[in-house]
Amino acid sequence: MAEIAYWEAIRRAHDEELAHDHMVIAMGEDIGVAGGTYKATSGLYQKYGAARIIDTPISENSYTGIGIGASMAGVRPIIEIMSINFALLALDTLINAAAKIRYMSGGRASCPIVMRTPGGTAHQLAAQHSARLARMFMSTPGLRVVTPRGPLDAYGMLKSAVRCNDPVIIIEHESMYNMRGEVPDEETFRPLEGAEVVRGGTDITLIGYNYSVHLCLAAADKLAAMGVSAEVLDLRALRPIDRDSIRRSVEKTHKVVIAEEDEATVGVGSEIISVIIEECFFALDAQPVRVHAADVPVPYNRQMEKAAIPNADDVLAAALKVLGRV
Amino acid sequence: MNASDQKRLLREMIFYRRFEERSFEAYMERKIGGFLHLYSGQEAVATGVLEMARCGHDYVITGYRDHIHAIKAGAPPREVMAELYGKETGSSRGRGGSMHIFDPTVNFMGGYALVGQPFPLAAGLALACKHKGTDQIAICFLGDGANNQGTFHETMNMASVWKLPVLFVCENNLYAIGTRIDRSTAVTDQYKRVAAYDIPSSQHDGQDIDVVMAAATNAIAHVRGGKGPYFIEFMTYRQRGHSMSDSNAYRSKEEERLWLERDPLKIYGERLKKAKILTDKDIAAMEKSVLEEIENDIIRFAEESPEPRVEDLNKYCLDDKPDPRWIGPLTQGEQHG
Ligand SMILES: Cc1ncc(C[n+]2csc(CCOP(=O)(O)OP(=O)(O)O)c2C)c(N)n1
Ligand SMILES: [Mg+2]
Repeated sequence: MAEIAYWEAIRRAHDEELAHDHMVIAMGEDIGVAGGTYKATSGLYQKYGAARIIDTPISENSYTGIGIGASMAGVRPIIEIMSINFALLALDTLINAAAKIRYMSGGRASCPIVMRTPGGTAHQLAAQHSARLARMFMSTPGLRVVTPRGPLDAYGMLKSAVRCNDPVIIIEHESMYNMRGEVPDEETFRPLEGAEVVRGGTDITLIGYNYSVHLCLAAADKLAAMGVSAEVLDLRALRPIDRDSIRRSVEKTHKVVIAEEDEATVGVGSEIISVIIEECFFALDAQPVRVHAADVPVPYNRQMEKAAIPNADDVLAAALKVLGRV
Repeated sequence: MNASDQKRLLREMIFYRRFEERSFEAYMERKIGGFLHLYSGQEAVATGVLEMARCGHDYVITGYRDHIHAIKAGAPPREVMAELYGKETGSSRGRGGSMHIFDPTVNFMGGYALVGQPFPLAAGLALACKHKGTDQIAICFLGDGANNQGTFHETMNMASVWKLPVLFVCENNLYAIGTRIDRSTAVTDQYKRVAAYDIPSSQHDGQDIDVVMAAATNAIAHVRGGKGPYFIEFMTYRQRGHSMSDSNAYRSKEEERLWLERDPLKIYGERLKKAKILTDKDIAAMEKSVLEEIENDIIRFAEESPEPRVEDLNKYCLDDKPDPRWIGPLTQGEQHG
């Protein structure tokens, strides 16, 4: 068991899958010779060559389309989009094609692509580089959407995504690439479905995904110091949502906060609350509260950027509100 | 062009270089955040093209490497620097930052982060000029890498069919971040690519401002004369990394050295010296006055300006004074049918 960084975990998964199956390739801007914006493919060009580690032009919609086409004919592309904001250019091939090809072919064709892309607000990158957009992908039937919170899932979910026969979107985060965590030395696969209780508790459930799990964990620490036992649930997959795990936790704690870095409208939190109402409405002791981004494009100014995005104290404040302690 | 204009142009280019290098320092001091794409090495292109345009009248639009285009188009440099500092007095009131400088008062319609996005926006500005029947044109500055986006091809086609008054300026600096042009692009001479859309085009040295101005004069005359779009390519080179974190590891030292010899400031400065318009002493004095202006006026303004107020987070999201006739709410009578 070694402690490695999130980017190293992704790199290792690429390396193992490329070695395992000649049909696996990687595509994206600056991933080859330059080693990748987040170093997630560093050294792989030298090891596997230009035919398998493909530096693409800045043509997101079409190289995603090329990846999709290749996947229909047996190739397994891992497509890196430098930022989820740029993935918007690939929505036609991704949503109109990849997500629908299996269905509209009556199950006779499939698109086993993996698209990896970081969402999230960080480093004052301003409005056109700061969108989260998870909610848009999670609402698209035909896709799988996963959100690894640390190196173990980043490694093991990428490996599963490559093996899986559906199109899988892996949403990473600008602020997580240097985050460290333990990953087993032996080959490991992590499931693409299923939420995970990352901290057990009895008084309140804090639900997060991707980076917001870390906000929940930090808030849970503070709550523990106040004598409150908070359970932290990492959704891990936004599509499909693990309804059972949500229900089980709410039936135990009867109180819920949902932390999302995205805006609230038609978002992850609204979906979770709908699930709770449908699954276990009568288990609730208090109204659920969503912690979310301000409903604005992300501003450049540092203070304003901070104000636009939720932090651990916001999760704590929401929890205290649900607990009736304010 | 008379000697006083030539001196002014050299000073402008020196100013642009120092402005960028000073913002680099401010970035290192963490006064500036986000991405910061500097224009050092490419000054002759924006300076030369916009010198021949009618700034304040014509529309100008570009990507994220936008500080100097904005300033030459007429945006006050202190406001551009204040924007880099994220201040309320900045060109975009601290909301946009380095990649999103706007000054609509001089028709500088923005810097955009999404590669290739400004192509259709520029054509749209041109469509508006044509629609209104003015003699304005739209000028779009983008890099070589942007030409691999679908928007390039779609926009070239429409601009040509509709004979839009738009000048596309391609700043070919041979790289898109770390990818050299021949590794990403089938036809490396960019001006050839618009032949498919029947758009006239040409390729020129982008390091020599006299060459740039001569070429721009013809191109602008074509566009303003109602003959439709023109695509002009300038060969140039960025002296710094793509953004702050880039070490240029993918470029050879020899290539960098050759291009540094063709520094646009050096080329123009030498020419003015040879023509006895300026001496080394004059240029040194120019450098000094530029540095003083940047330090005493521009940096000071940026430093002393206030931050935006966090309470104003929602400001500018939508019109803050909408006409209730169009927005509602429904009157009580209407609500109850
Ligand atoms: C749609 C989109 N894809 C990718 C990027 C990341 N990116 C930013 S700049 C750039 C290179 C652009 O190169 P070029 O057009 O030649 O302009 P230069 O930076 O050389 O001036 C890339 C790939 C982006 N900003 N937008
Ligand atoms: Mg370039």
